[in-house]
Amino acid sequence: MIAPGTQPGLWQTARALVARDLRLLWRRRGDALQPVMFALLVVVLFALALGRDPDAMARVAAAVLWLAVLLAGQLALDSLFRSDAEDGSLEQWLLAPVPLAWLVLVRILVHWATTALPVVVLAPLLAEMLHLPHDQLPLLLASLLLGTPLLSLIGGVVAALTVSIRRSGILVALLALPLYVPVLVFGAGSVNAAARGQDPVGALLLLAAGLVVALVLAPLATAAAIRISLN
Amino acid sequence: MLNTPPLLAARGLSFHRNDEPVFGPLDLQVDAGEALLVQGDNGAGKTTLLRVLAGLVRASGGDVEIDGRPAGHRERAQFVAYLSHLPALKGDLDTLENLNFLCGLHGRRARQMPGNALAIVGLAGYEDTLVRQLSAGQKRRLALARIWLSPAPLWLLDEPYANLDLDGINLVNRMISAHLRAGGAALVTTHGAYAAPPVRTRLVQLQPAALAGDPP
Repeated sequence: MIAPGTQPGLWQTARALVARDLRLLWRRRGDALQPVMFALLVVVLFALALGRDPDAMARVAAAVLWLAVLLAGQLALDSLFRSDAEDGSLEQWLLAPVPLAWLVLVRILVHWATTALPVVVLAPLLAEMLHLPHDQLPLLLASLLLGTPLLSLIGGVVAALTVSIRRSGILVALLALPLYVPVLVFGAGSVNAAARGQDPVGALLLLAAGLVVALVLAPLATAAAIRISLN
Repeated sequence: MLNTPPLLAARGLSFHRNDEPVFGPLDLQVDAGEALLVQGDNGAGKTTLLRVLAGLVRASGGDVEIDGRPAGHRERAQFVAYLSHLPALKGDLDTLENLNFLCGLHGRRARQMPGNALAIVGLAGYEDTLVRQLSAGQKRRLALARIWLSPAPLWLLDEPYANLDLDGINLVNRMISAHLRAGGAALVTTHGAYAAPPVRTRLVQLQPAALAGDPP
C-alpha cells in the first residue's frame, strides 16, 4: 500500500487557511483599504448633508456610524466566497479531512478581521467627525465589536447561497439587509438608549447571545448553502 | 490481494438533471493498482460522473463504496484526490505557496515535499512565480503536483491531459504508473484522443444519456 501520509487536523487546516488569506490580502493590499475608505466617505457625506449643526449630528451619530459599518461590510460580502468558488478552491475544501463548516468559520472570521475590524478601529475617528459624545464611545465600540462578527456570520450564509450566481451584487444586498435589521436595531439602539439615559446592557447582551448562536449555527448553514451552490 | 475490497465500487449509479438522464445506471469497480479510463464524447457525462464519485454532487440513484465502506465525507477525505477542470489555484500566490496551502488542507504523502513535486512536474525554477503568470499548461502541471503530493490512494483525474504538450502527457502517464505501482488507483476521463498509461486498465464508455458495459 501507499506509505501513510499526514492527515491535517483542525488547527493545521485553520493555520494554512489563515496564512493563505493573509498572504492574498497582502498581495492585494490596495483592495483591503476599500471598506475603510467607503465607511469614511459615507460618514463624510452624512456630515456634509447635516450641515454645521453639532447637536443634530450628535443625535444621529450612532445610527450613521452603524449604517456606515454595515454598508461597508455589505460591499465586502461578495468577496467572501466568490473567488474560491470560481477557481475551484471550494471543491477542494469539500474533500478536506475537516468539516466544511470549520473551514467556512475560519474563512468568515479572517474576512471579518480584514474587512470589518479595520472599520471598527477607525470608528473613534469617525465618531469624532460626527460629534458623538465621548462618554458614548466605549459603548459604541462594544456594540460594534459584538455586532460586526454577527453581521459577517449572517452575511456568510447569503454569500454562500448566491455564490453560483454571477453579478449577484444587488441580490446579495436584498437578501442580507433584511437579516441585518435586528443587529442594527440592538447595536445602534444600545447607544441611543444610553443617550436617553436608559440602561444599554440589555441590548448588548442580546447582541452577545446572537453572536454565540450564530457562531455555532451560521457555519453549518453556510456549509450547507455551499454544497447546494456547487451541486 | 484476495480479500481486499475494491478501492472504489459503484453499483447502479445514475444521475439525472431536471429529470433528464445524464448517465447511468452504471456499475464500475477499481482495485488498487488499476486504472479506470472513462471515455466518452463531449457531454457524455464524464465530468458529472467524477463529481458524483468525489461527492460534490449527489447521485440520483445507486451507491458508491470506497474501500468496502459506503462513501461518506470521512472516506472521501481519506481516499480521494480530485483533479477538477477548475485548478483550485490562487493567481496571487506563487507556486510553492499554493502547494503549501493545499498540503496544509489535505495533508501530504510521506517523504514528499512541495519543492520536489514542482521538480517532478517540470516546474523547477518557478518556485517564486505567481500562478497568474503561468501558462495554462503550467497551471495544469502545478495542479498535477498537488495530486502527486496528496496522501489519498484514489485519484479522480478529470481530463488530466488537457492543455498539456507531449512531454506533459508522458508526465501524466508516468505519474499514474508510479502511483499504481505504489498500490494506488486512478480514474481518468478522456475523450479518447490521447494514449492511455501503460498499466492495467479497465474501460468505461459513456454515451450521452445511455450507458455501455464494463469489459475488464
